[in-house]
Parts: sequence; C-alpha cells; structure tokens
Amino acid sequence: MGKVSRRRFILAAAGGLALPAALRGAAEASPESAAIAMKAILGEAPLREGKVTLDIPPIAENGNSVPLTVRVESPMSAAEHVRSIHVFAQENPLPNVAHFYLGPRAGKAQVSTRIRLFTSQKIVAIAALSDGSFWSGSAEVVITLAACVEE
Amino acid sequence: MSARRGSSLLAITLLLLGMALSASGQGPQRGDEIRAQDRRSGYSFVSPQTQAMQDDDLANPGFLWVLEGQELWRTGAGAAGKSCADCHREAPASMKGVAARYPAFDARVGRVINLEQRINRCRLDQQQAPAFAYESRELLALTAYVGLQSRGMPVQVAIDGPARPFFEAGRAEFLLRQGQFNLSCAQCHEDHWRQQLRGLPISQGHGNAYPAYRLEWQTLGSLQRRLRNCNFAVRAEPYPYGAQEYVNLELFIAWRARGLPVETPGVRR
Amino acid sequence: MAKALIRMPTEAKRGEVLEVKTLISHPMETGYRRDSMGQAIPRHIVNRFVCTYNGQEVFRAELFPAIAANPFLSFFTVATETGEVLFQWTDDQGNIQTETVRITVV
Repeated sequence: MGKVSRRRFILAAAGGLALPAALRGAAEASPESAAIAMKAILGEAPLREGKVTLDIPPIAENGNSVPLTVRVESPMSAAEHVRSIHVFAQENPLPNVAHFYLGPRAGKAQVSTRIRLFTSQKIVAIAALSDGSFWSGSAEVVITLAACVEE
Repeated sequence: MSARRGSSLLAITLLLLGMALSASGQGPQRGDEIRAQDRRSGYSFVSPQTQAMQDDDLANPGFLWVLEGQELWRTGAGAAGKSCADCHREAPASMKGVAARYPAFDARVGRVINLEQRINRCRLDQQQAPAFAYESRELLALTAYVGLQSRGMPVQVAIDGPARPFFEAGRAEFLLRQGQFNLSCAQCHEDHWRQQLRGLPISQGHGNAYPAYRLEWQTLGSLQRRLRNCNFAVRAEPYPYGAQEYVNLELFIAWRARGLPVETPGVRR
Repeated sequence: MAKALIRMPTEAKRGEVLEVKTLISHPMETGYRRDSMGQAIPRHIVNRFVCTYNGQEVFRAELFPAIAANPFLSFFTVATETGEVLFQWTDDQGNIQTETVRITVV
C-alpha cells in the first residue's frame, strides 16, 4: 500500500468512528433505506446517470456543516427544464437531505446549501426533468473528527 | 545488560538536555517564539471551503449576530432607556479600532478587562441595566458587531504600564501545564503548530477571529468558550466564565497575535 | 422568529438570471441529540422555504434535519418584471418568517 492510500484508509476508518453515541438507538441508515427514499421520488421510472454534478469537498472538516452545490445541465426553458432536485445522504440516520423545486423561472438549475453528514458516505442527487426523465449524480465525502471536541 | 544501561544513560542525557533547553527559554520571548513573518491567523489552517464561508458576508453565519448587534446598538435599555447609540452614535465611526486594542487596562475597575466585560460595564454603569451573560445571544451580538468595526485592522494591545502584571500572569497561564494530559498552550501552539493532531493541523492559537462561528458549535461563540474547549481537551477543569485567568490569557494571546488582522466574525471548525 | 439575511440584485435587465443567497438563524435541532439527562431533544427545524415573485412561486425547498444549523440556501431566478420578491421560512413549530425585497426590472 502506498503512503497516500494508507492515509486515506486511516481517514476513512476514523470517519467511520465519527458516528456519535446518540445514534446507536436511532434507525440505522443504509443504502437500502436510501433506495426506498429514492423510490418515493422515482416510482417505477428508470434512473440514468448524468447531467447532475455535485460540488462538495472530498474531505469535510466537520460533519456539522458541509457545503454542497448541485448543478444540472439544462436550458431551463419552458419546454425543457428541471422540475426538482432531490438530495440523499446514504449513511445518515434519515437519508433525505432536501427536495428543491425549480421550474423555467429559475434560469439556472443550481442550488447551494450546507448539509450535515454523520459519517463518511456517498451523497446522491436526483433531478426530475420536465420530460419525465430522472438523472442522477453522486459524490463521496470523508468526514474527519475535529481535533479538540467540546463536551 | 549493556543495552539497558546504554538506554538509561541516553534517557538521563535527554532529560538534562531538556532541562537545559527549557531553562534557556525562560526569557522575554517564552510563549512568543514564532517569528513575526511566520505569524499566521487560524484562517490559514482551515479548509478552502471554510475560508470561503468566512469571506462571504452572506454565507458567514456570524453576520446573523452582527445584524442583531446592530439592532441592539439602537435599542434603549435600563432605567433611563438609553441605547449604545445615544452615547456612541454610529458604531462604524465610534467603535473603529476598539476591538483591536482589547483586552485593555480599565482604570475604573483597576484591572485588565476584555471586550465583553467592557460592554457589560456600559450596561451596568451607563445604562443601569443588568449585565449580559457570556454566550448569551445579546452579548455575542454586541461583541460581534463591535468587533466587526475593527475588521481588517491589526491586533494591537498595550502590555506596558498597569497592564504589565496582567500580561505576565497571562503568559504564565499560557506556559502552565494543565489537566490530565499535562499540556500547556505553548506545547501545542508554539512547539507543534502546523503538525497534525487527529488528522487536522494545529493552529498557532490566535484569537483574532473571535467571537467566531465554529462549525463544531453550530453557533457563534466567544474566545473564552474556545479557551474552555482547550481546557477540556487536555482534561483540565475550566475556570468559570469571566475569570481573570482567562482575561489575562486573552491579553497575552492578543499580544502574541499582534499585527494579524481582526477577522471578527470569523468562521472556524 | 429569527434573523435573516438576503442578497440579490435590486435592479436588473429583463431576462437576466439572478443569483439569490439567503441565510436565516435557526438551530435546526435534528431530534437525534440527547441532553445531559439522556433525554432526546425534540426535532425543531425549518422544514419549508418558498420564494415567490409577484405572487408566483419561483423556488421551493423541503428541508430535513440534514440541513446544517442556520440554513444557507442559494438559488437562481430570472428577472421577469418589477415587483416584490418574497421569501418565507416555516419551521416545525409553525413559526413563519417572511422577508421581502423590491426589484426594479428594466
């Protein structure tokens, strides 16, 4: 194992330890429950990868506040636009992060916010287009522990 | 047998060397050995995303407290219903440079006080209103608002004259080993800054961005709150809020940060 | 309810795409934290944000506890006509915060 990949492994392992004690009682998230949350948006429609980009730091300083920008390629005209964007964090106790509703008056299909991530995981964004199609993009984020944690 | 003897000789040598080194360090520079050209704000130790959050006044949550501070500035309080504005008029003019020179010696109380205490002195003496508690919404709002009026100006505190004994007490606090981990501020922030602690770089321990929005707290907090975090981190019993030990330490670290720009309200992790 | 900050152009040309940035103070209590006695702290978040432009909805968000405290939301909208852009945040306790910005479109 090279120097860089060993460090990433340690960071990923440390990220896995970031899950606070309070969550042990809460519903454990998993890619399965995230899939159920996504199904609520998709129904039986197929999900295609593409058009959706997530701008999020690969290593976040603090899981309490991670900046996220979701961008969807679209002319945003009356005929062809993004209706909504749905964000999911697969390893959070509740995978839903937000639903954003746009439309042709948005001008640009881009939304920014700051999200909470309980542990290192994959973030998925699904865009629903005006033609009824669904597109997705994703990004992996590693959560590091803060060095000096307040009680 | 000889290996064990050799290693104990090495241990004694290192111990004597360590003692000699620390003895030679007992000069006016101790606790302030970072060269002026190497002095760096905590801003340079956070991620680019956190820096971007501080740089945009609309993305910086500290400005929510600044907004509240601006309103409180104009709100009457106490027996006479006087507001800060009644005496100080417009804060951008009257408060310019004030935060940059605090903590400062206050002749009326005969000791060095910090900005929070100075605001509370006005509350008690001028407005005849009760003092605000540390970490209260109001006190954070007013310190953030007043601090903002010094943003960009170099930190410049006076340590001579009547301030001197408080400054030296602050230095002693900075050098004091504390807690179960038996660590002093200097050991992390003088000796090991820029090295990693649990995957994140250690800063130089300057307070020029406070009160600051810490991602860890999910709210704005005072420098004393941050200092108390450090006490906890080395498993030391924190002093109560407002303790003179903290104020002295704030003076010392402000002097250590001399020349760095005030960044209030800063964003830190 | 809370302090809110909004940044958007107050003057624009018709058809221009405008960036809107909003920030509101709110603890966004997740419902997963426990207090010092071990009791769960109830969930209390901003769950809905709507932006209307002369009464027409131009952006809406449904928020969950995964949105960080003091929610920051940035989006885009087309400058269509002069008028009032309204921003409304609603939280779990039914508190509603409304802010308006007047825009002149030439």
